[in-house]
Amino acid sequence: MILSENIVTALYIAASVLFILSLGGLSGQESAKRAVWYGVVGMAIAVIGTIFSPAVTITSSLLPLLVVGAVIGGIVAMRVEMTGMPQLVAALHSFVGLAAVFIGINSDIVPPVGLAGAEKIIHEVEIFVGVFIGAITFTGSVVAYGKLSGVLDGKPLTLPGRNVLNVGMVLVSIFLGYLYMSHAGSWTLWVMTAIALVFGLHMVLAIGGADMPVVVSMLNSYSGWAAAATGFLLGNDLLIVTGALVGASGAILSYIMCKAMNRNFIAVIFGGWGTTTGPQMEVEGEMIATDVAAVSSDLKEANDIIIVPGYGMAVAQAQSAVSELTRRLRGMGKRVRFAIHPVAGRLPGHMNVLLAEAKVPYDIVLEMDEINDDFQDADMVIILGANDIVNPAAQEDPNSPIAGMPVLEVWKARQVVISKRGQGRGYSGIENPLFFRDNSRMLYGDAKSSLDQLISLF
Amino acid sequence: MKIGSPAERASAESRVALTPESAKQLQKLGHECLIQKGAGAKAGFSDEDYKEAGVKVVSSAKALWDSSDVVVKVLGPENTEVKYLNKSKTLISFFWPAQNKSLLKEVNKTGATVLAMDMVPRISRAQKMDALSSMANIAGYRAVIEAGNNFGRFFTGQITAAGKVPPAKVLVIGAGVAGLAAIGTAQSLGAIVRAFDVRPEVAEQIESMGAEFLMLEFEEDGSGEGGYAKPASPEFIEKEMRLFREQAPEIDIVITTALIPGRPAPKLWPAEMVKLMKPGSVVVDLAAEQGGNCDLTKKDKIIESDNGVKIVGYTDFPSRMAAQSSTLYSTNIRHMLDDLTPEKNGVLNVNLDDDVIRGATVCHQGKVTFPPPPPKIQAIGKLDTIPKPVELTAEEKAALELEKERAIGRRQAGLLAIGSLFMLLIGVYAPASFMQHFIVFALSCFVGFQVIWNVSHALHTPLMAITNAISGIIIIGALLQLGSPSNFVGILAAISVLIATINIVGGFMVTRRMLAMFQKS
Repeated sequence: MILSENIVTALYIAASVLFILSLGGLSGQESAKRAVWYGVVGMAIAVIGTIFSPAVTITSSLLPLLVVGAVIGGIVAMRVEMTGMPQLVAALHSFVGLAAVFIGINSDIVPPVGLAGAEKIIHEVEIFVGVFIGAITFTGSVVAYGKLSGVLDGKPLTLPGRNVLNVGMVLVSIFLGYLYMSHAGSWTLWVMTAIALVFGLHMVLAIGGADMPVVVSMLNSYSGWAAAATGFLLGNDLLIVTGALVGASGAILSYIMCKAMNRNFIAVIFGGWGTTTGPQMEVEGEMIATDVAAVSSDLKEANDIIIVPGYGMAVAQAQSAVSELTRRLRGMGKRVRFAIHPVAGRLPGHMNVLLAEAKVPYDIVLEMDEINDDFQDADMVIILGANDIVNPAAQEDPNSPIAGMPVLEVWKARQVVISKRGQGRGYSGIENPLFFRDNSRMLYGDAKSSLDQLISLF
Repeated sequence: MKIGSPAERASAESRVALTPESAKQLQKLGHECLIQKGAGAKAGFSDEDYKEAGVKVVSSAKALWDSSDVVVKVLGPENTEVKYLNKSKTLISFFWPAQNKSLLKEVNKTGATVLAMDMVPRISRAQKMDALSSMANIAGYRAVIEAGNNFGRFFTGQITAAGKVPPAKVLVIGAGVAGLAAIGTAQSLGAIVRAFDVRPEVAEQIESMGAEFLMLEFEEDGSGEGGYAKPASPEFIEKEMRLFREQAPEIDIVITTALIPGRPAPKLWPAEMVKLMKPGSVVVDLAAEQGGNCDLTKKDKIIESDNGVKIVGYTDFPSRMAAQSSTLYSTNIRHMLDDLTPEKNGVLNVNLDDDVIRGATVCHQGKVTFPPPPPKIQAIGKLDTIPKPVELTAEEKAALELEKERAIGRRQAGLLAIGSLFMLLIGVYAPASFMQHFIVFALSCFVGFQVIWNVSHALHTPLMAITNAISGIIIIGALLQLGSPSNFVGILAAISVLIATINIVGGFMVTRRMLAMFQKS
């Protein structure tokens, strides 16, 4: 059975609409459950329509490829831990990047027939751009995967003259692009691919662990643009639409993440904190330690409790313990809520997913803007493995590296308990004056074991 | 170490320095605890309570002093108690070394180590053992209660069927710990509270407790060392008196808490003020021990002035709430011992390099170590001279906003112009087929931006997973190349199909899995 061109186009329109509905459905938790099915149906229509279109020659290897891919994807999706979501997302980005590179190279080897003049040049530009973005996405995502899964060191790699290096690689690539369009031969494409691979590698290596939310969103965006570029070179509108949607989505996520860190996108990508103008404020006072028994008796007296989770909660795998504690506290008639900073964790929305996995109801999990004014009325705030996102220096010390970053105003609560492994500083190495406040108490030790002990007292 | 607490010898003293709760904590530090029989009775702690907490109950004072290495008390030692001391013993209690120089000399002769709870420096690190603050807090609270007891009316204003009751007006002089506690208590009873202090930096604290700060227009900062006030100049006092004279006829209850270390209490509420007050009003003088802030105050007594104003001169407010004050005092003592046993092994280490311990230690190893070097940190930060941002008027704000909107509009127009120009440029050079695709691309970007802005922050991870899945649409490109005659192209396309399928299936399944987890309560 072969579908006509027009039917295929109609199917592509249907698929595009379904994809848009699918992304739009994520505006709320309940509509989101429906939205996935829109996406699935859209994808099925698109793939089946393409397979039976006149342009595709069905080969015997097609079915096994689809089945094997589906089985691998299914197994990965079932097995993945929610704490491992950032790695999975990064890995999937790298696949899109790699596929874009392959398709671009293929298109160079077997160019479509009947192109001449401006059309040919445009086609070559499309190949070049598609391969460039695809290659950056590929190696960038591989490095991001390595950093997120702990295979690679999370510390930023700072080569001397790294900005010169980056600019140099881009300039050389552009020059190679010029040569390619002057028909200097396919070698220019190959060399550029190698350079772009190194560029992606170096770019993500230079970015530190806590900036990962921005990097992952950025790679998300790139994977979309890579798909769109592929759409251009194949003249396929569905690819263009879908790629643009994904690209826009990733771009918005990156913007939100940068805004939440009060940092410039360029500054994040090219590494290093912004320059500060003077010495940071001296922190006065003492960290006062507390123990599980004291925290439990304070919790029993508190009525309004806010829990602030951070990456430390994910590292300690403490989300189920938090959920159980929440359940017991709510059972005692207390108001328990969660405050989520946009950049908590290593992926946008990471904390929400972890808490959802642990069966914390989503209507008590609030984002920063919704809950920031409520801290002053809270009896108790529990901070689990978060540091910079609750640092009052962001508001009070104009010389702090994070000055101006929006933070959760936990210090306004009557009491703050900080669960922390030791006395060290956070990722950014910035002293946190919160720990030295009179109403702060430090609960040292692994978050999970502290919480387990706490639960046993309720 | 054995830590013992004898019964207080003064008959008016109901407090005790060791409670069953603090004893439990001390045992965790590796200490043993002892208590004299009946020592906690007046504060509501029975000997059984102590026994249950693992405290050894000793029958006589002598036996207790003899068997304890560290003696914790509320009041300083009396003569009979000094005799029990020797160089192996440590005493922790209130001592007032500046006022009790001869006692200090005598105690020092025994060679004992004495830590005075009243000498703990007022720095933030030492707050947990600042017994003066915890006692002052109680005194401030109790002062309001005593005032209420002697005041014939409500604190709070009420409108009842039998008529309207105006709220009581309370003036608190001196906003130290006691003053702030009094403000809070009177405020929560419903009174209108005003407060005065010579230190301008406490205005914020007064206002945060809900009271009105009575401002004195005068260029003099009254803050002295260690968070206390310093004596004021005569001009200043004259202004202050004028302010009080204005207030006195209106005020129902005055609570005075003004103290200057090492001096008699300043006479802030002289007899003429009392004369100005209405009959039935009450003055509670928390400075009665140091001679009182009011001329008429009689120590430990309530007197009534000729015009019917009652003046309360009690000096034992904390002792009147012995259960509460013992709990707080024993906790202060416990924190002090906590700092004295840093290894938590039951061995006392009087480390004179530690600012807090150095400040509290008045004699050690046969040497008088009082007075200590002055504390380095001011207890309450002085008011910074940084000017506050200028408050804008409504019109200025509106103008600013309008300007902002205009700037955004200008920027948007600029971007649109640049964008259109760019499009035109492409239109001039690019072929028609490209422009068709380009229009699709540009519109898709816009649709994408509009749609994604509405995505809930909580669903950002599912969003990334689902975009992972749909970016697997690149499979279409690979499918188109799969049947290529070139083997190399065929293999690359096959790999692309495989990994794109992983993306599609993995992405959708993990999204579904995640979304299924989101449950409403």
